[in-house]
Amino acid sequence: MKIGLVCPYTWDTPGGVRSHVADLALTLQEHGHTVSVLAPVDDPADLPPWVVDGGRAVSVPYNGAVARMNFGLKAANNVRRWVRDGDFDVLHIHEPLAPGLSLLACWVARGPIVATWHSSHVRSRMLSAGYYIAQTAMEKVRGSIAVSEDARRTLVAHVGGDAVLIPNGVRVAAFIDDGRLPQIASDVPTILFLGRIDEPRKGLDVLLDSLPTIIAQIPNVQVYVAGPGDLGEQHENLNPALSQSVTFLGRLSDQDKARALRSVDLYVAPHTGGESFGIVLIEAMAAETAVLASDLLAFRRVLQDGKSGALFANEDSSDLAAQAVRLLGDSAAREQLVNAGRTRVREFDWDVVVDDVIAVYESVGMPGEKVTTDIRGQIVGRLGMRPVS
Amino acid sequence: MWLLIIITLLLVILGLYLSMTAGRIDRLHQRIETSSLALDAHLLRRSSIALELATAGVLDPASGLLIADAAHAARTSADLDTVSKAQAESDLTAALDAALEDPEETAEIEITELGSGLLDELDAAFRRVQLSRRFHNDAVRACRQVRSQFLVRIFRLAGHTAWPQTLEMDDTRPHGLAER
Repeated sequence: MKIGLVCPYTWDTPGGVRSHVADLALTLQEHGHTVSVLAPVDDPADLPPWVVDGGRAVSVPYNGAVARMNFGLKAANNVRRWVRDGDFDVLHIHEPLAPGLSLLACWVARGPIVATWHSSHVRSRMLSAGYYIAQTAMEKVRGSIAVSEDARRTLVAHVGGDAVLIPNGVRVAAFIDDGRLPQIASDVPTILFLGRIDEPRKGLDVLLDSLPTIIAQIPNVQVYVAGPGDLGEQHENLNPALSQSVTFLGRLSDQDKARALRSVDLYVAPHTGGESFGIVLIEAMAAETAVLASDLLAFRRVLQDGKSGALFANEDSSDLAAQAVRLLGDSAAREQLVNAGRTRVREFDWDVVVDDVIAVYESVGMPGEKVTTDIRGQIVGRLGMRPVS
Repeated sequence: MWLLIIITLLLVILGLYLSMTAGRIDRLHQRIETSSLALDAHLLRRSSIALELATAGVLDPASGLLIADAAHAARTSADLDTVSKAQAESDLTAALDAALEDPEETAEIEITELGSGLLDELDAAFRRVQLSRRFHNDAVRACRQVRSQFLVRIFRLAGHTAWPQTLEMDDTRPHGLAER
């Protein structure tokens, strides 16, 4: 099959949706399909040949976070050209209501269109309003996939319609044995945090608040913070007494992220909300690292209520500290979590999950049907004009 | 004078709204047409594989006969009305479930290469039927919702197109197939 994937968020910044699209694209290609990914790109230098530059992105606030996306008539023309030249059997749009390339792709194309809903929206009323505004485009989506029960429920309740639940996949092979990250100490207890450091929802503050208690009991503990964001502000706010124990690694490549996960004793996910799935937990389990996460509903589901990863009360830094101290001091308990995680993660291996996605592709169109450009319903289409290419 | 302007303006807005909605309904009708064709294709594929399974000699003769009969009825139901069609397809599901209910018996079919290949295909066909039926019914629901709006009914924006029908049938995968 020839498959066109659209990612609304910039290709250069790591993120849940972006890695989902990249992994799906790689797995589909391993299964013999032809894939083209359209995404906003800031730096086209190291782009894999199957990614198409959808233009430069700008930072906009969206769904309680800052996202880098692009939009406008120029972007719409890029998308239209990509759809026309791609000759796709199926167009797979990710996060269709993100005001960027995904929505535009839906707008300019017709034919077998599949959409995957990722986030459970913070403000669901905004989702309903967004859906109303984008109705013309959204009604062309023939099959919807939700990556989690939360995402599905948000969709069903606020947009209407149904979605097939296909969980996020992880390329398990990519996380197995890739050496250690040299910056991370190997002879002391270590904790890792991943995610944007300047985004409150990722919960770095909860972890930092718990540190004095952890250090009091395990003085040689080392905490590594990896992820993009403004370092300056975090450094200023950091209690000088803690600076000995905290290392900022900055943004890591995917490979280094896997290495960092493998190198530490405990991965802590103190996210405070807005997570619908928690792919990073699966990645940590695939890297065979013990996980300690806040007890968000989505995290509890992934961790089977504590069976394959430990939980602490959300936003409660003293509970986090207590659990972290317990786990760092008990290698047998960590080993048990790692073993349970190894079994759990097989259900999410992309190699298995991709079959369900292909089944959806094959269910939305007739054999031989192609994705084409659509100008009906747009001003140019109404006036009987052809878009300039 | 002002009244005239306001009335004209309202009429223009109404006209734009109606034209947009008519476009929406047209698009939804097309979506239903495609989803129904896709669903039919997958149902046909399922009954073909069921027939192949029945005649391949991997089942006991009684189950084979039962499935062959149901598969034939389902294959020839394409031109019937929605309810009879759904009944024939549900009957095929029931026949397959009767033959493939027990995971242990299903495992015996799987011993031969022919049997396991056919079960794989049947399983894939089942999943595609489930998905395409879900997508079809979803499209029907979306269309019905728009078509039942007041202005749409008053101005007959849906034209002469028949009121869309969902396909309500049992497409649960046989126990033995799901447990593999």
